[in-house]
Amino acid sequence: MTHATVLYDAPGPRARTRSRIISVVGVIAVAALLGWVVWRLAQPQVAVNGNVTPSMLSASRWDVLAYGEVWRYIGSGVWNTLRAAAVAMVGALLVGVLFAFGRLADTALIRIPTTVLLEFFRGMPVLLMMLFILLVASTGAFWAVVIALIIYNGAIVGEALRAGIVSLNKGQREAGLSIGLTPVRTRLMIEFPQAFVQMLPILIAQMVVLLKDTSLGYIVAYPELAKTVKDMANYYGNGYMFTFWLVAVVIYLAINLAVSWFGRRMARFAAARGGKADAGPGATDPGGAGPTAAAAGGAAAVAAAGGAAGGAAGGAAGGGSENS
Amino acid sequence: MDVLIANADDVFAGFLMTLRLLLFGGLGAMVIGLIVATMRISPVASLRAFATVYTELVRNIPLTLLLFFMVFVLPLIATSKPPYEVLASIGLAIYTSPFVAEALRSGINGVPVGQAEAARSIGLAFGQTLTLIVLPQALRMVVPPLINVFIALTKNTSVAGGFFVVELFATARQLTNANGQAVIPILIGVACFYLLITIPLGLIAGQIEKKVRVLR
Repeated sequence: MTHATVLYDAPGPRARTRSRIISVVGVIAVAALLGWVVWRLAQPQVAVNGNVTPSMLSASRWDVLAYGEVWRYIGSGVWNTLRAAAVAMVGALLVGVLFAFGRLADTALIRIPTTVLLEFFRGMPVLLMMLFILLVASTGAFWAVVIALIIYNGAIVGEALRAGIVSLNKGQREAGLSIGLTPVRTRLMIEFPQAFVQMLPILIAQMVVLLKDTSLGYIVAYPELAKTVKDMANYYGNGYMFTFWLVAVVIYLAINLAVSWFGRRMARFAAARGGKADAGPGATDPGGAGPTAAAAGGAAAVAAAGGAAGGAAGGAAGGGSENS
Repeated sequence: MDVLIANADDVFAGFLMTLRLLLFGGLGAMVIGLIVATMRISPVASLRAFATVYTELVRNIPLTLLLFFMVFVLPLIATSKPPYEVLASIGLAIYTSPFVAEALRSGINGVPVGQAEAARSIGLAFGQTLTLIVLPQALRMVVPPLINVFIALTKNTSVAGGFFVVELFATARQLTNANGQAVIPILIGVACFYLLITIPLGLIAGQIEKKVRVLR
């Protein structure tokens, strides 16, 4: 691990010894912490009134996972989550393209309203949008979740695509127009594909965010994974709350890490094909702040930040590219 | 509109609660994020690995599930039960911390290596290199992404409304339940309160970003 960083030189023998010592101490400390947590969970609880509840690790809390119907419920929750996410992802990409069109329109008549609308959609919580659609359009929970996710993430995808198009080499559009393509076809055939590849890491990160945001369906009573888990805990008893929660977390982690990994592969594949899929670090998007690239001139910031040591590819790749 | 005016104090109380969640969650996220970022840029490989694992794990758990843990699971394990507002703030802080850490790290790593090499070559010590050369540049690069993180946090506070914390979203829900005829004005009014926080922050971030770009 001798990669150059801004902060320190390549470590010499003494620094290496010191870092080894710190490493050992750190590992022991983390192991102790984890051990304490497990031990704490394994203690039976004695409430103030003398009621003893069994420990979190006792068999009585886990036997429920042997029931076939429990897994059927969990399966239906996962299916609902994935279904909503899949529909919303496709929709968000399409709506994003439309938004990007509107933002880049030649007439101010289209451009300005689109910009205002985008700001509005990006500035309010998805949850509020879900409630709005649920109450105003009375679509039912599934479509409320999906449409809100489409509008919100579409706005962010649109911003990312716009930033990608703006950062394209000058002359791409002119070249398209000069060989006789109409403006719309130039956008669709020349500019969008390039912007898409360039912004792929950010788009993938946004898709993971969308996946996580489907869990907001819990609050508007859409029976996705989190809601299913809560309902099951109510049905089988609160004693199983921890068990079900853990199962849900493991499932979510598996899905999201798989999507992130797949996204990294895609970005690398696209980069190998000649695209510049180097989004650099900083495209962090905690549950939807528009990625940095969505801010005005974000592409420039991304370009400036890219290529640094250990630049993580967008928000999707945490440390995957540290040692590549 | 008159529904909003009639219930102005409720809406205002909700807005205050949203601001409190933003403040406490943000402060907590800054503290945890700073620690994680320091670990991630340290020369010690194992600390880097821990920080990376933490970042990847927390980042891939939905906020809903984190708050679910804080509100439903934790009280079953712990002996005492703090108020929901505190639990939600802690959940928001934990959820936001990896994003803060990433923003900080990308800022530090965004400073060209040549800058530090130049500083060392003219004989500056590690502390001087850090405080005079690296950090001043890194801080400028860090502010816009950090602001974006806080914008996201502002919107994420609404999730706490689904977990017994009466903030803006929960207030909106109550009001729409009570006044079915005025759903649209209520929700648009509440959305404006969110925009009141997010849009100025976004504008500030954009401005700073423009300034930083002139620098380099």
